[in-house]
Amino acid sequence: MEHEHHHHRPMPDRSTIQGWGADLDRANRPAVPMERMPQRLDVPEGELGQQPRDIEVFVSPERPGITPLFGTSAPPRGLSGLLRRIAYKGTENDIRHWLMLLLADRVDMVEGIGEDLARGKVPNVLAEMGIKAEWEHNKAGLVRKAAIGAAVAGVAWYLLKRRRSH
Amino acid sequence: MLAMNYRGPYRVRADYKPDPVIEHPGDAIIRVTRSCICGSDLHLYHGLVPDTRVGTTFGHEFIGIVEEVGSAVQKLKVGDHVLVPFNIFCGSCYFCDRELYGNCHNTNPEATAVGAIYGYSHTAGGYDGGQAEYVRVPMADIGPTVIPHDLHEDDAVLLTDALPTGYQAAEMGDIREGDTVVVFGAGPVGIFAAKSAWLMGAGRVIVVDHIEYRLEFVKRYAQCEVINFKEVDDMALHIKKMTDWLGADVCIDAVGCEAAGNAMQTLTGRYMMMQAGSATVLHWAINSVRKGGNVSIVGVYGPTFNAVPIGNALNKGLTLRMNQASVKRHLPRLIEHIQAGRINPREIITHRVPLEEVSDAYHIFSGKLDNCIKTILIPPGARH
Repeated sequence: MEHEHHHHRPMPDRSTIQGWGADLDRANRPAVPMERMPQRLDVPEGELGQQPRDIEVFVSPERPGITPLFGTSAPPRGLSGLLRRIAYKGTENDIRHWLMLLLADRVDMVEGIGEDLARGKVPNVLAEMGIKAEWEHNKAGLVRKAAIGAAVAGVAWYLLKRRRSH
Repeated sequence: MLAMNYRGPYRVRADYKPDPVIEHPGDAIIRVTRSCICGSDLHLYHGLVPDTRVGTTFGHEFIGIVEEVGSAVQKLKVGDHVLVPFNIFCGSCYFCDRELYGNCHNTNPEATAVGAIYGYSHTAGGYDGGQAEYVRVPMADIGPTVIPHDLHEDDAVLLTDALPTGYQAAEMGDIREGDTVVVFGAGPVGIFAAKSAWLMGAGRVIVVDHIEYRLEFVKRYAQCEVINFKEVDDMALHIKKMTDWLGADVCIDAVGCEAAGNAMQTLTGRYMMMQAGSATVLHWAINSVRKGGNVSIVGVYGPTFNAVPIGNALNKGLTLRMNQASVKRHLPRLIEHIQAGRINPREIITHRVPLEEVSDAYHIFSGKLDNCIKTILIPPGARH
């Protein structure tokens, strides 16, 4: 029956395909089965030991406590840190936990500009966004974005001016 | 040291920050010789991953030279040239005992739903990444693998994530001889998934994307068929027509939460953030695979929720498998494949950029400018 013939299209010539079938045998597939015991990695004996905690590290309420290891990049700060502190009171199962973290991220961005200015550095936002690459590889796109930006600014300026004159 | 510094969505720069230090006796400090920008870094760059803090350094694909080791490190030696899997894992917890190194329970306090990943937000443990001159590498005797002498550095850096993730995507598809495999996404992971599907005996490999230069590349590199979805009215219908109206045996999602191709998904997922990114590829995969078929997901999604046709998956009797790759367990076999000439990972590298120009490198990769497929960042001390 035609419908039983699954592969309607002629098969490519396997001999021309680099490495075809080298791992056809499941024994050659290193992550099959997904859970494999005992593991094959040679793990040195001994206790893991607890990394000292010198900064504020948040812990998911879905855990019994801090993990032996953790990252120490960018500890919480300012208003964004306050929002994160509140967010981590909620479980991962609670959508509000994640939404509050996303809000904190946006606040953090504003605080980052404040941090730059406090250090006497005016962030070169256009350079950070890769305007040099945009100019080199997408001039038309850059001109279009600049034109749209100018048009929006022009309309806003006109509307404001009109409102003032009323 | 010089390091990539995240300042907010679409804003990154190279900046000086303090060198990393040993924080646990099992740590090492690695001097980075190469790092990559990964497609999943773009989700961070676009501000989509919760708890991505300003001032952090991204980068979970890197290799380098061991500069210093902690007092408990027994095997790794100063001067070793190592590739570092993107997962940070202890090697001894409940999950590591089962070789689920991408799901370690001892390295990420902030979330149980995510393992720990270098430079991938505090949701993935709050570690700084390798787009820098130096990086702290925890569990130095467990994660890093010494790079064999005959392995090219550019192949080694692709073994930290992109190649194992593409390979595991094919593995999770449980490919049998002669299967038709559809890979959504012609980025580095999709390209390697297509290559891996052949290694596992696929009869037919089809890659879907809308970026023409990437489709051209994968067609030649992975010897596969390609579909530009912009030229197709309906993806599921198109795949059905290509497969005697049955559907593909295996569909692989190598795109994740920033998929193009469906205006409503893009609007609700990417712009309004009403779901954890656009679920377009999940939708296509579930509806294009045959009844009883396998859907394998390695594209990254956020932690909230997505609108997916789960009822169709039920009624079709699908198997859905997904995970972050457990890189370490794949390395011996993948190194054999490279040494035997079955796969040449470094051919996908299109851009080599000094770390100082990280802002432009991200913009080029994110905007898919200049026919970019894979970008390598090279720190100042590693140029030769």
